[in-house]
Amino acid sequence: MQDFSYIAAKTIPEAVALLDEKGESARILAGGTDLIVQVREARRDVDWMIDIKSIPEVNVLDYNAATGLTLGAAVECYKIYADDAICDAYPSLIDATKIIGGTAIQGRAGVGGNLCNASPAADGIPPLIVLNASCVIAGPNGEREVPAEDFCTAPGQTVLAKGEMLVSMKIPVPASNSSSYYLRFIPRNEMDIAVVGAGAAVTLDAAQETIISARIALAAVAPTPLFAEEASALLAGQEVSDEAINAAAAAAQAIARPISDMRGTAEQRTHLVGVLTRRALNGAIQRVREAT
Amino acid sequence: MLENKEYKVIGTRPIRHDGVDKVTGRALYGADFQAAGLLHGRVLRSPHAHAHIISIDTSRAEALPGVKGVVTAKDLPNPGDKIADLGEGAVNLKHLCDNILASDKVLYKGHAVAAVAATNPHIAEEACTLIDVEYEVLPPVLEVRQAMESDAPILHDTIRTTSLGETGDEPSNVASHIQHKLGDPEKGFAEADVIIEREFVTGTVHQGYIEPHNATAHYNADGQLTIWCSTQGAFTVREQVAEILQYPISKIKVVPMEIGGGFGGKISVYIKPVAALLAKKTGKPVKVLMNRADVFEGTGPTPASYIRVKMGATKAGKLTAAQAYLAFEAGAYPGSPVGPGAMCIFAPYNIENVIIDGYDVVVNKPKTAPYRAPGAPNAAFGSETVVDEIAEKLGIDPLEIRLLNAAKEGDRRADGPVHPRIGCIETVEAAKAHPHYTAPNGKKHHGRGVASGYWFNIGLESSVTINVNSDGTINLIEGSTDIGGTRASIAMQAAEVLGIPAESVNPSVVDTNSVGYTAVTGGSRTTYATGYAAYEAAQDVKQQMIARAAKLWEVDAANVQFADGEFSSINGKEEQISFRDLCARLGETGGPIVGSGTVNPGGAGGAYATHVVDVVVDEETGKVDILRYTAVQDAGKAIHPSYVEGQIQGGAVQGIGWALNEEYIYNAEGEMTNASFLDYRMPTCLDLPMIDAVIVEVPNPGHPYGVRGVGEVPIVPPMAAIANAIYDAIGIRMTELPMSPDRLLKAMGKI
Repeated sequence: MQDFSYIAAKTIPEAVALLDEKGESARILAGGTDLIVQVREARRDVDWMIDIKSIPEVNVLDYNAATGLTLGAAVECYKIYADDAICDAYPSLIDATKIIGGTAIQGRAGVGGNLCNASPAADGIPPLIVLNASCVIAGPNGEREVPAEDFCTAPGQTVLAKGEMLVSMKIPVPASNSSSYYLRFIPRNEMDIAVVGAGAAVTLDAAQETIISARIALAAVAPTPLFAEEASALLAGQEVSDEAINAAAAAAQAIARPISDMRGTAEQRTHLVGVLTRRALNGAIQRVREAT
Repeated sequence: MLENKEYKVIGTRPIRHDGVDKVTGRALYGADFQAAGLLHGRVLRSPHAHAHIISIDTSRAEALPGVKGVVTAKDLPNPGDKIADLGEGAVNLKHLCDNILASDKVLYKGHAVAAVAATNPHIAEEACTLIDVEYEVLPPVLEVRQAMESDAPILHDTIRTTSLGETGDEPSNVASHIQHKLGDPEKGFAEADVIIEREFVTGTVHQGYIEPHNATAHYNADGQLTIWCSTQGAFTVREQVAEILQYPISKIKVVPMEIGGGFGGKISVYIKPVAALLAKKTGKPVKVLMNRADVFEGTGPTPASYIRVKMGATKAGKLTAAQAYLAFEAGAYPGSPVGPGAMCIFAPYNIENVIIDGYDVVVNKPKTAPYRAPGAPNAAFGSETVVDEIAEKLGIDPLEIRLLNAAKEGDRRADGPVHPRIGCIETVEAAKAHPHYTAPNGKKHHGRGVASGYWFNIGLESSVTINVNSDGTINLIEGSTDIGGTRASIAMQAAEVLGIPAESVNPSVVDTNSVGYTAVTGGSRTTYATGYAAYEAAQDVKQQMIARAAKLWEVDAANVQFADGEFSSINGKEEQISFRDLCARLGETGGPIVGSGTVNPGGAGGAYATHVVDVVVDEETGKVDILRYTAVQDAGKAIHPSYVEGQIQGGAVQGIGWALNEEYIYNAEGEMTNASFLDYRMPTCLDLPMIDAVIVEVPNPGHPYGVRGVGEVPIVPPMAAIANAIYDAIGIRMTELPMSPDRLLKAMGKI
């Protein structure tokens, strides 16, 4: 493992100034469950690790039924799923936080780090997309917000410019008669990276028969996690039915651009997009219906 | 024949002697080893699967501050054409040496080409990046059938095919062709009413031991070389290092540390001679540790294979003929386990007409190494699937057809040996009677499969010394690395002889200077052969103790008997003394007692297993889940049933991994793309039901307590049993391993 310098930043401006000064050779350290492994395996060259865990803003975990959820960039998975109100409001996010690593990893790893690591297969990102999350970014020129589906630009690449860091993710209050679901396919029951991941959020009408709106997101089938916009739009106004769900699944398959690698083949992944999209949509619909 | 009898110690479940240190983290493994002035070694490995080495320039690495020495193949003695005798067969010494540090060619990605010793591991790692190796890259050969083509790139200009006593003229990747023939196969197939012929492909799989290889070496000023390491056999390390370094065995001491799994993969040496070379060059102790990628890419997995099996049977289910074609990937150098595969393939059956052809073929993958019943699982995947299909065609229960044809005492195996008393029938009968097999199995996409398996087991040399303590305990000195509870199972055999509890035995696994020659912990031989030596050593102690009692009572030794831990006089005087009390009187009766036992037994009894498995297949994703698993096995006599069950469960689990997801995945350049436990998918506890281990005891007449080896045969049946269960679930015969979700989706026509 290479030598590197470690700095614990105390404030956002301090972290931003360090990032701006060190540029490419610096990297934010939150849970470290991706970064430290990458450095140890010489997959990433880092001279400066800037630990943000002492910065108050990135540790905020605040859910309010009126304003929604503020999820700090360094909040660990276990804190998220320990909060019953968050579990009720954003079940797809909980699905993901419970399968990112094992219990020990969940004590360190957070959704913010999962997002910034920008793996195409990240389990944490499809829920952020389907839940309409907005990413709050601090930088030398102040703050800006970016929708979750626009945050990743390529494998390991994000919209974060020189000197910028993710502060938090803001997720709006869920509509009534809505719920969400995330699942992935792995050949084992644990210890794997998603071969394909699919998340879905649905809002039904009061009778719970018609889909008012839906959002579908996919993982591990393109260079970045994908928002399946057309597939989602197809469902708006449709009655809940196998035909409607199958049509959305087919539209989701149409945007998948998977590769073949050691985790799965392109054909397998495209096939699984259909299976998992159906299962995610049905899972979300079932949750709406079970909640009442 | 031995009767199944009750014993005082044997068959009980005492706490293992090494258990407390292991569960409290105090046991010392190779990576824990520390010494003053210790240097850290790191091996540079080839990025190419097949290339000529044009030049190696180590000067930039040597100039890095903290680097104390760099070695390449030039530092090894020139082996010439010598053949090394390593006890288990002759090995070309150049191949052996080239696998340690490549001299002229690299033959797989991960092949060691140089090594560095430095003051810390990070400097050693950095120094490796400063070694300039110029390669001429060659096209790789990655699959056995491709390697056998006449126009395939050739790995070794020196290899000529040896086939049934003849040697070929042209260089070839086929190192050898063997054949076993029994009866008249043509006639046998002519007598068959049903003939099934299928082809099978299996992937390269690794043992997956949790502890990576490690070695620390140090030369004393007088030239004595000591190596502390993780190994299945300290004496084989001594022999291999002596051959590779051309150094006398009397100047090498090997200290076996605790071992974190081996399964056959910790018999061959890799970094041990490298640590020795670096120690010699620097004059300091040097520790070399592998990481997981090194283990996958730089040590021996068990081979991928291409197999054809043809079997015929009468309408009544009698198997009339069997034929097998086994082509095994040896990896970079000859020596695949195709031989044992050919010996085991039809061994659960008594078939009069058999022909088996085996091919040992080199490819650009790591040199294969033993892995639990090496060769037999590949072979059984083919034969046990075909037997299942024959049973189905004939409408006969799959266990019934096994019983109809089961091998028994007096039957001849196709490769020659006549079976002594074996427990094939007993394992099939126990499976058939098990509540698992009789439970209903009708749900959609649920399936049940069965398969049997055989492994011959081995004997080889073992030595045990027993020192008697004055408090009635004994110190038992042995040379067998303890894998899976063998300290306990060996100690219990000595305890049984001496009528003392297992807890009164203090077993120690010691270095090569401190015990008689002992072969590897492998071949399912340790509880059998080292246990046999412990039995002999305890008998020696018993006889000496009888002489002491006779002296004490002034009677003839013939008039002293020993039973239930008590010595007594049987003629005239009514005297009695316990083992414990007599131990306190050794000084006055002649001094300390040391007993010894050495064996090289020929009576290792073969082991049979029959497994039953239930699966559920997700038809949409191709994922297979194991719902229930029952593994029946003949243990001969289970010395410590918990550790027999542990071996059965462990073997079944590794077989489940091999069946469902484990394989080396290669890209076109011959690079393994999944060299980590993240992507080399061994099953975790969440992927497994409790494995129900059922022990059958058909005593082995070749051992005083009837012991048969138990460690290997449980990995033989799982692949076929699971394939047969998948067929039962979805009506598709899977003929390629692993039966991973993508392959199932393809077979089901979903992609």
